[in-house]
Amino acid sequence: MSAAVSAAVSAAGAVGAAAQVVLVAAGAPVLVGLMRQVRARLEGRAGAGFLQPWRDLRKLVRKEAITPDGTGPIFRTAPLVLAGTALVIAAVIPVATTASPLDGAADLFAVAALLALGTVALALAGLDTGTAFGGMGASREMTVMALVEPTILVSIFALSVPVGSTNLGAIVTSTLHEPQRVASPASVLAAVALAVVAIAETGRIPVDNPSTHLELTMIHEAMVLEYAGPDLALVEWASAMRLTILLGLVANLFAPWGIAGASPAMLPVALIAFAAKVAVLGGALAAGEVFMAKLRMFRVPELLAGSFVLALLAVAASYFLVAP
Amino acid sequence: MSLTGAALGAGLGSSLLAAAAGTLLPRRARRVGAGLGTGAAGAAAVVAGGAALSGHPWDAWYPDLLPLAGIRLAVDPLSGLFLAVTGAVAMCAAVYGVGYARGGPRGGSGLDGRVTQAMVPLFVAAMLLVPAAASASTFLVAWELMALTSLLLVVAEHRRRAAVAEAGLWYAVMTHLGLVVVLAGLVGFAAAADGESFTRMRAAADGMSPAVRGAVFVATFVGFASKAGIVPLHVWLPRAHPEAPSHVSALMSAAMVNLGVYGIVRVGFDLLGGGPEWWWLLALAAGAASALYGILQAAVATDLKRLLAYSTCENMGLVLLGVGASGLFAAVGSRPLAALAMTAALLHVVNHAGFKTLLFLSAGSVVHATGTRDLDDLGGLRSPMPATTALFGVGALMASALPLGNGFVSEWLLVQSLIHALPSGGTVTAVTMPLAVAVVALSAGLAVATFVKAFGVGFLARPRTPAAARAHESPATMLAGMAAAAVCCGALALAPGWAASGLTRAIAVAAPGPDAVSAQATLRPAGLPSTMSPLVIAVALLVAVVGLAALLRAAASRRARRRARLWDCGAGPMSARMEYTATSFAEPLQRVFDDVLAPETDLDVTPVTESAYLVDSVTYRARVGDRIEHRLYRPVLAAVEWTGQAARPLANGSVHRYVGYGFYAFTGVLVVLAVLR
Repeated sequence: MSAAVSAAVSAAGAVGAAAQVVLVAAGAPVLVGLMRQVRARLEGRAGAGFLQPWRDLRKLVRKEAITPDGTGPIFRTAPLVLAGTALVIAAVIPVATTASPLDGAADLFAVAALLALGTVALALAGLDTGTAFGGMGASREMTVMALVEPTILVSIFALSVPVGSTNLGAIVTSTLHEPQRVASPASVLAAVALAVVAIAETGRIPVDNPSTHLELTMIHEAMVLEYAGPDLALVEWASAMRLTILLGLVANLFAPWGIAGASPAMLPVALIAFAAKVAVLGGALAAGEVFMAKLRMFRVPELLAGSFVLALLAVAASYFLVAP
Repeated sequence: MSLTGAALGAGLGSSLLAAAAGTLLPRRARRVGAGLGTGAAGAAAVVAGGAALSGHPWDAWYPDLLPLAGIRLAVDPLSGLFLAVTGAVAMCAAVYGVGYARGGPRGGSGLDGRVTQAMVPLFVAAMLLVPAAASASTFLVAWELMALTSLLLVVAEHRRRAAVAEAGLWYAVMTHLGLVVVLAGLVGFAAAADGESFTRMRAAADGMSPAVRGAVFVATFVGFASKAGIVPLHVWLPRAHPEAPSHVSALMSAAMVNLGVYGIVRVGFDLLGGGPEWWWLLALAAGAASALYGILQAAVATDLKRLLAYSTCENMGLVLLGVGASGLFAAVGSRPLAALAMTAALLHVVNHAGFKTLLFLSAGSVVHATGTRDLDDLGGLRSPMPATTALFGVGALMASALPLGNGFVSEWLLVQSLIHALPSGGTVTAVTMPLAVAVVALSAGLAVATFVKAFGVGFLARPRTPAAARAHESPATMLAGMAAAAVCCGALALAPGWAASGLTRAIAVAAPGPDAVSAQATLRPAGLPSTMSPLVIAVALLVAVVGLAALLRAAASRRARRRARLWDCGAGPMSARMEYTATSFAEPLQRVFDDVLAPETDLDVTPVTESAYLVDSVTYRARVGDRIEHRLYRPVLAAVEWTGQAARPLANGSVHRYVGYGFYAFTGVLVVLAVLR
């Protein structure tokens, strides 16, 4: 009897995981389109519409693939690895269900490391081109990544203290059971720290400008400058997925309401709730970007140091303010 | 005689045979003979270690082998672990050494001389004796034998490069200062215990006063930490490891430094039976400093082997951090966490040995093929040396704490043990643990940047110098040594549960507690709800990548891939000088950590003679020195030199004067003794 129940539960979890992968894969370009549209409207332009990124991807996929002179297998496979890590993370994290069959395979540390693996693949591809742009982008991206890492791990630490686990399903479920914890100082501090990290990891203003092609300021765009056609489509799509995943993580770690447990009936509601949460966060981010300029490269460490201090305070708060 | 003893005996015997072969055989057969013997010794050590780890301890006493105390040997599971690691590293290095010692296309390497060929097996034998020693005197003899043989190997290429002699000098001095403190600590311990066998010392340790125990721990800790390359006692390591021949670098960096950790664990946990919190906070702080400083220096290093040497400082720092955390948890009474932290530390020793062997051997192949270790001069090695590039890439992935790598697994376990310390520990853990997690995280992040630099700049893109363009693939023996190390790393990365549970008995010697990790595909630290499965992640990633490739093939245009010029801003084809170098890659990090690294830059602007406003030439030099060496060691060296110079008038060459000194010194001693008695 219990075996049948657990089989049903894991089947529901598998359906949920598949559904969230499809949602992230299909919705990520729409999110990017939405953010561009918000930005365009706030700047007084008409904008190209939500679906423009999908049209761009379709156009790129139909173009011929190009191998720049002097690039090797790393350059060819990096977009696949980048998109592959994004898909695996989309299956692991609690986007719509907390019962993903892969939940036990990768905890929050492993998710952060998988994101880093994708970044590394792209940085190596940038170096593989042998151009100054590629090297510059790779160097800057690695610097930002190295500095982001302490904030991520310490924020995860803060989140795991009340739960006792770093597994995402456990953290989200526990927050659902004790909603008052979201307002605790530890949780708020960790949320702010993780939000800064998410901005840095996805290369948004003020750390990087996703729409720049000015060589002195590029980070992400400099690494992918040599990509064209289907490869570029893969990189753009993967970047959109990473943005969705990070916004979704911030949303569901601190406001998990609407998420489905093991019941498949709740799944459509959960998917819609997730889409709404990410859309709100993305819209807010895009609106914020309108009022901000990109920071100088060497001011970014100060921002990240600030977020690290917040994360450290979050751990301290979770210990000193909760312990009797 | 048990399997353990027999295998250890076979290992020591075959290394002696290998040394004999290296001395007696003619030049051509020497490499093969010594290499085969060393490889056999390594294999025997793996068997001995495996037998000890699976619960077959062994001990023996040979009272006649050394005067006074004799030789006392014992192999328990903890020794077995270090024996097995040393043996595995020795096997890979021995196979590799056969091809490496033959030299490159520009003539012989000079490494097939008698001394070098005989010293490698002797060095391996000494490294097998250290963990097997069971008395203070045996341990110190083996320790010194290890130092001497490795010193001779470090200076093997002294005729080729001037830097070798300097490195040898630093190593000789540091290793002997380390020996002096370890000697003082162990002798003091043995005197207080009234016996010098480890059994006796273990039994007597509980009854000693805290002051004696503390003094013994600090003395041995300092000595062992200097062998493990822990900051600030690391200064010999980034000199000696790069200058040694590469297979010796692998032996030193992947096997010898581990024995420093072995010493700390053996004395601190086993013989002294654990200690108060301040011991372990000291270890934790030293480990954290070493991890951060080591990886920062590695991140800005441009010499490939120096980079790897600093990465050894980092990894030993992480291991020591785990050891310190384990001691701390044991001191506050949290046994399961102590066992988990010790599992993480010892697993990281094994993992580090695997990837550091692979990386040093691949770096050796690069030196062998191009004659340079400077990353700024390399590049584009992936087409002439595809196998070496792939193997170095695997090693870099393993070393950079990313999923699919084995370093990630042990660091994950380490962080898990650190973050679960809060509820049980007091204020001390509440303050130290977040900082320790941050240190692990920052060193992991910087390690990623470091190895992206090493791999991306060194092996990808286009060759930056003609030497790099003329590179060629290494011979089969060298590739075989590297491939064996890569296979071990892969197994450790994908099936860490089995590896960690194999260590259970060794961990129980140091930190008795419940089995920390069970033999499963999913890592489940005992008593903690966190789980992670490297195998499932790898399979999921493979499925995702293959699926995407298939999807893309179906969806994308059918037209063939076209080659195109790189984007050069319309300025014509780009030269290799426009590529990013290792120096430029690390420049942002160097700027961010300016205060710690204190780089020295020199800008010389020479104007033309006619006018001060017209610039003739500009020279720019930037160097990142070792700041600790500069601040801590230079003043001491200067003081020693000043004392020497100041004492010169005392020794003017007159024999009468020296006889007089002797007479007065003797009389002085007699007077002192007369007053004291």
